[in-house]
Amino acid sequence: MTEATMTNEVVEKTGVDRKVPDQTVGNVYVDEPRMTSRAVDVYYGDKQAIDGVTLDIGAQEVISFIGPSGCGKSTFLRCLNRMNDTIDICRVTGEIALDGQNIYDPSIDVVPLRARVGMVFQKPNPFPKSIYDNIAYGPRIHGLATDKVDLDNIVEESLTKAGLWEEVKDRLEQPGTGLSGGQQQRLCIARAMAVSPEVILMDEPCSALDPIATAKVEELIHELREQYTIVIVTHSMQQAARVSNRTAYFHLGKLVEVGETKQIFTNPTHELTQDYITGRFG
Amino acid sequence: MNTHASAASATEVVQQGLDKRYSAESRFKIYGILGISIAMVFLFILMFSILSTGIPAFSKSKILLPFYMDPEVINVEDLADPAAARKINLRKIVNDSKAAFFGATERADKRQLEEVVSTLAQLEVLEHIRANPEDVGQTVELWVTADDEAGRWYKGEVDETLPENRRPLNDQQIEWLKRLTAEERVKTTFNDTFFQGGDSRNPEQAGILAALKGSFLTLIVTLGLSFPVGVAAAVYLEEFAPKNRFTDLVEVNINNLAAVPSIIFGLLGLAVFLNIFGMPRSAPVVGGLVLTLMTLPTIIISSRAALRAVPPSIKDAALGLGASPMQTVFHHVVPLALPGMLTGTIIGLAQALGETAPLLMIGMVAFIVDVPQGFTDASSVLPVQIYLWSDSAERAFVEKTSGGIIVLLMFLIAMNAMAVLLRKKFERRW
Repeated sequence: MTEATMTNEVVEKTGVDRKVPDQTVGNVYVDEPRMTSRAVDVYYGDKQAIDGVTLDIGAQEVISFIGPSGCGKSTFLRCLNRMNDTIDICRVTGEIALDGQNIYDPSIDVVPLRARVGMVFQKPNPFPKSIYDNIAYGPRIHGLATDKVDLDNIVEESLTKAGLWEEVKDRLEQPGTGLSGGQQQRLCIARAMAVSPEVILMDEPCSALDPIATAKVEELIHELREQYTIVIVTHSMQQAARVSNRTAYFHLGKLVEVGETKQIFTNPTHELTQDYITGRFG
Repeated sequence: MNTHASAASATEVVQQGLDKRYSAESRFKIYGILGISIAMVFLFILMFSILSTGIPAFSKSKILLPFYMDPEVINVEDLADPAAARKINLRKIVNDSKAAFFGATERADKRQLEEVVSTLAQLEVLEHIRANPEDVGQTVELWVTADDEAGRWYKGEVDETLPENRRPLNDQQIEWLKRLTAEERVKTTFNDTFFQGGDSRNPEQAGILAALKGSFLTLIVTLGLSFPVGVAAAVYLEEFAPKNRFTDLVEVNINNLAAVPSIIFGLLGLAVFLNIFGMPRSAPVVGGLVLTLMTLPTIIISSRAALRAVPPSIKDAALGLGASPMQTVFHHVVPLALPGMLTGTIIGLAQALGETAPLLMIGMVAFIVDVPQGFTDASSVLPVQIYLWSDSAERAFVEKTSGGIIVLLMFLIAMNAMAVLLRKKFERRW
């Protein structure tokens, strides 16, 4: 969908000509940021997907990105651990820093970066290996475990944190692909946690799950916020409202509004946010 | 548009169209079944004709004859030394003994006996006398191989109704063969010679082993070179190479190479491996190199397809954990693509096994009597051997040709079975 038709659609559905603001509404800065992005633009070939996003992500917070399809929220998320590098035509400008260090600096190695900024994907994607090997893979390649006992502990700890230990402790040697969808997604979360990241990025982690599995994953996010910074992209506004402290609303590649989740959902400042929250489009 | 009436008529329209749709489907099914049946019938005819002419190649006739181990011809001391033993005039022993048995006194009659007893008899006599030197001076009854024409007569393949001058065996010879049968001096045994030797001008001495081993050695070279090179090329092109004009050019050329007639690879092998590098003629190593060139495009193309079929989500998962591109490829992508790569390799090797044309160019069409012992010995391969036999004048080579085809097919089946097993071993679901 091109930008022009998107804008027209907004006009059609709302009946009011809403303009995407040049300046983000709300406070994009936090006191103790873990990650900061400044004037980030992302291009796919000639097409601009993200336009001047400036946003701080605080330590130990859960921030959710919401917005209509194609608004760039997933693209922006994938910039945070440079997963966009795998797309040949993708180009990122501006600055994204983790703990004050620019991750797009040429001297930065993406391998340790991705160990610090883990990722959980939309579709559960366990490796076609045993449950144990799924979790142990990250620690193994990074050399995090000194011996077998150590590795066993990491596996148990990660699975316990993901609330999966009790369900799978007797069948660690069975393939991870044999679990149910919800269990697979929690396995993927456990796998991401096994390398002790500082930030976990979640790209619509519950969109392929049923409500019960979704509830379990949300509960898990609640518990994890104590230790990790979590950035979650979601299509479900209820989910954003339930799990996050702050919410950022994206529209047509721009960050329209950001604020405390409670404020965004009860009293949004910008009309576009208001329209989206109230379900007039999206 | 959404009125009730039009909805009802829509159902009617659908109903009317249904018959047409179903009959189209059943027609299509019939075409499919017809196609499969035709293919099966032809396959059956092929297998039947090959087996019916080829099976006799695996048996041979032996006849029991008394041999007088003439002490004037056989020097007992010579028997211990293989070199000296080879110089013993066994021909005289065999010829005298069989002439005496059949009562052939005329020179013409003795000549006719050559179509009854094979020249292999000389070797069989030598073997016996070396094992039992005490028999020198005695007359010993020995089972010796019948000549190819006699063998064909015992297998019932000689048409006796033909006039004598158009038959391979004349009345006198058939008389002798009948006498042997009557005296129970004939038996049919497994044709071990066929699996023990190389090519020969005498059908009863011709064997498949040299060609079989030649094929085996050639394929080892082909597999050893084409699989690692092909897989490495595919992995690099698919996972690491930048997408630019140069890699596009490489890709187009690989696809074109897959369609190049195989004899051209043979000419290339002749020009490069033999003339420039001076490698040995007729050798499995050169054959393997030429077939590697021919197989590489197939392996590269199928390996790339297998790599592309690996779900990107697995790659994302590994990269997202901080695996390096190399680790991602070798820990996750290649293991998942391996079954597909193996399939491509086995298709390429099966093609290489059946290839004749490029090998003619590098001299593997030569008349090879000895079983090759290494990669640089002169050797032939199965399809070339089959081709050579099919071209031979003696009637008994017809069954050798089919016998060779059976061995080739068995080789192919064994190879495919191995590939299926390997694939099963590596196959993983995701």
